[in-house]
Amino acid sequence: MKFGTVPAPHWRGADDVAAMMRHVLYALVPAAAAYTYFFGPGLLVNVVIASAAALATEALALRLRGRGARLALSDGSAIVTAVLLAFCLPPLTPWWVTVCGSAFAIGVAKHLYGGLGFNLFNPAMAGYALLLVAFPGYLSFWLPPNVGDLDYRALTLAESATYTLTGTLPPGADLDAVTRATPLTVVKAELGQMHTLSEIVTDPVFGDFGGAGWEWIGNFVTLGGLWLLYRGIIRWQVPAAMLAGLMLPALLLYLTDAETHPSPLFHLYSGGALLGAFFIATDPVSSAITDRGRLVYGAGCGLLTFAVRTWGVFPDGVAVAVLLMNLLVPAIDHYTRPRPYGH
Amino acid sequence: MTSADLRSATTPWRYDPQPRRPGWGIHGATFKRVSRQAPIQVAPLPAVVTLCLRQGAVTAVPLVTTGERVDTGQPVAVAADGTQIHASVTGIVTGIGPHPVPGPEPGLAPCIVVRRDAPDRWHESCEPLPEPSRLDAADICRRIAAAGIVGLGGALFPTARKLAPGAPIRALLVNGVECEPWITCDEVLLRERAATVIAGARIAMHALGTAQAVIAVEGDMPEARVAVHDALQAAGDCGIGLAVVTAKYPAGGERQLIELLTGEEVPAGGLPRDIGYVVQNVGTLAAIAALFRSGEPLVSRIVTVTGSGVAAPGNVEARIGTPMRDLVDLAGGYRYPPTRLLMGGPMMGFALPDDDLAITKATNCIVAATAAEVAPPRPEMACIRCGECVQACPARLLPHELHAALRRGDTGLLGELALDACIECGCCDFVCPSQIPLTARFVAARRAASPGGEATP
Ligand code: SF4
Ligand code: SF4
Repeated sequence: MKFGTVPAPHWRGADDVAAMMRHVLYALVPAAAAYTYFFGPGLLVNVVIASAAALATEALALRLRGRGARLALSDGSAIVTAVLLAFCLPPLTPWWVTVCGSAFAIGVAKHLYGGLGFNLFNPAMAGYALLLVAFPGYLSFWLPPNVGDLDYRALTLAESATYTLTGTLPPGADLDAVTRATPLTVVKAELGQMHTLSEIVTDPVFGDFGGAGWEWIGNFVTLGGLWLLYRGIIRWQVPAAMLAGLMLPALLLYLTDAETHPSPLFHLYSGGALLGAFFIATDPVSSAITDRGRLVYGAGCGLLTFAVRTWGVFPDGVAVAVLLMNLLVPAIDHYTRPRPYGH
Repeated sequence: MTSADLRSATTPWRYDPQPRRPGWGIHGATFKRVSRQAPIQVAPLPAVVTLCLRQGAVTAVPLVTTGERVDTGQPVAVAADGTQIHASVTGIVTGIGPHPVPGPEPGLAPCIVVRRDAPDRWHESCEPLPEPSRLDAADICRRIAAAGIVGLGGALFPTARKLAPGAPIRALLVNGVECEPWITCDEVLLRERAATVIAGARIAMHALGTAQAVIAVEGDMPEARVAVHDALQAAGDCGIGLAVVTAKYPAGGERQLIELLTGEEVPAGGLPRDIGYVVQNVGTLAAIAALFRSGEPLVSRIVTVTGSGVAAPGNVEARIGTPMRDLVDLAGGYRYPPTRLLMGGPMMGFALPDDDLAITKATNCIVAATAAEVAPPRPEMACIRCGECVQACPARLLPHELHAALRRGDTGLLGELALDACIECGCCDFVCPSQIPLTARFVAARRAASPGGEATP
């Protein structure tokens, strides 16, 4: 009996890129549900707009580069970028802002660098950074969390979509009544005016440790992250190092003066810290590759996030920190090369 | 047992039940259950045997001519280093010439074909040898070479050369860590004939002039471990220890095993002897013991015949040169049409073009794999730098960077990234979510860098 011959190995694991990306999306479902509960359905509108823009840009870029679009579109990586970007945007971001960010993420940060696997920068963070520089105003329109004791006018899905697409609010609601600064912004602004933290946290946007509502979203982000760890989609080095890099300096300053420095738990539960640690900095393409390299990379992301939050001009620092560390990845990889066996 | 115990020659043997766990490699389904349960079956004598004269890098010269009668165990060819090849049945030499042989690439090699016409009549040279303790190392090695004993783990490196007198040896490491999926021939050998393996180890220790040895078995072969433990106790204080290694591929690779057992590494370009260790496969040691007990040269070996394509998987003791098809028939024939026939395991074994090839001394396993085990390749994608290959690589290489350097043709970087340290184990391929055939490309590049260069253990 005759058989075909091919080179070894003849057995492969079941993992593939599309499955990894699918797992990342599944892991974001609990966080998305919590987010929608606290901040309304705007996230879902943003996800749809960002995904559509990302897929269209990906298809166009592949076409211009003369590549087959089927395989690349079905790998799910563009959707993951779009969803992560949507998570970073306020729920009522105008559609064209989201489209700009998403198209820049895929078209410039990903495809100008050679497509999936070759991008130096995390595409979602590159897209977010562009918006932060180009349209800072739109990125500060956050909604107040749905936590009971806040005077709150919740928007329905249709009202969110209408506002996002046309800029019109339902009758009886005005923008000032529906938007609110994020806790990180409040802390930064109020500390700048020499208020103490014990005064600042009396504002109802604050919860027990961080922002009201944000704490629960953080817990669900963590749940998704732990599931990714359990499934082996990500490894522990980057999240652990990033959270340690953020919280240790926060703890030091907090111990020296708790009135002007927010607690480590506030840092953990505010802004994009947990999303960044589990979902953004762990992006395989733009992070370091060895275990030691990932510890360095993660710690750098955490430290820079803390530095930007504490001394920088932006309220949150995750995007800037991740992008800066992306820039250092080639150097980190070079200096953390393991010694080959017998060498 | 720690590496320090291994190094001191005065420590008596010990049993270390704590498994040594590699940080690299892959941990998955081993498919060993399908073949490990049945006892070793002795295959009926084949009607015709095809004896390959090429063993590793050397080719033996025939000592017989076409038409000559040969007895079982009669030397029919000899290589330059004294390693002989023996008739594995009694009959008539019907042809000497190129034949298809199993190998990494399908091809022809000089072979001697013997048609059996009688039951075994053992050749007059097959007489029990003197007590090994009364022979010196050079004499033992000469007899091992004359008996055609080579590394039965698959490398076919002449055993006499590994045991030859030279720099002092700290310990003999006995490799019972059969880490490739599907293969169980070493496990059943240990389970049924542990005492023979130990007898062979003592002869090898005597030749090497070392009082220390360790038998390493895998964590998932409890019966074999118990058998070795009992046999060691029965043998008394013979300086042989027992270590357990977590069942993880490729923990049984020679260099990887040395690192797991001793914490030391074989320097690049060097041999285990350079750091005072010699590794021998359990099957090889059993062959040495059989030689000294009965004078029988190496004319048979244990072969695992398995895969979901065969009806009754198991282990058979078959004469060298038996057609694989005979062994498949002995295992009940094909159950489902197999899509691939492998010699060796699925990680480092090779796909054979035909099942009428004859087994060689390197044939530890035949896997008739169906589509369920060897799925058609999925399309290759770009590397997403997930790092899984880095985690898996037992040589601590950066397969993704090696691959990128290969693509660019950057030979300087390939050297810096130590492509020479790659053991071609296939782990990086196995884990790669982008389905990049990394190993095949590394193998091709290594062959291109050293044409004709056979790996030496
Ligand atoms: S084939 Fe080579 S590079 Fe790949 S895992 Fe094995 S030793 Fe490492
Ligand atoms: S496993 Fe494959 S995709 Fe992942 S880093 Fe290695 S080569 Fe790249």
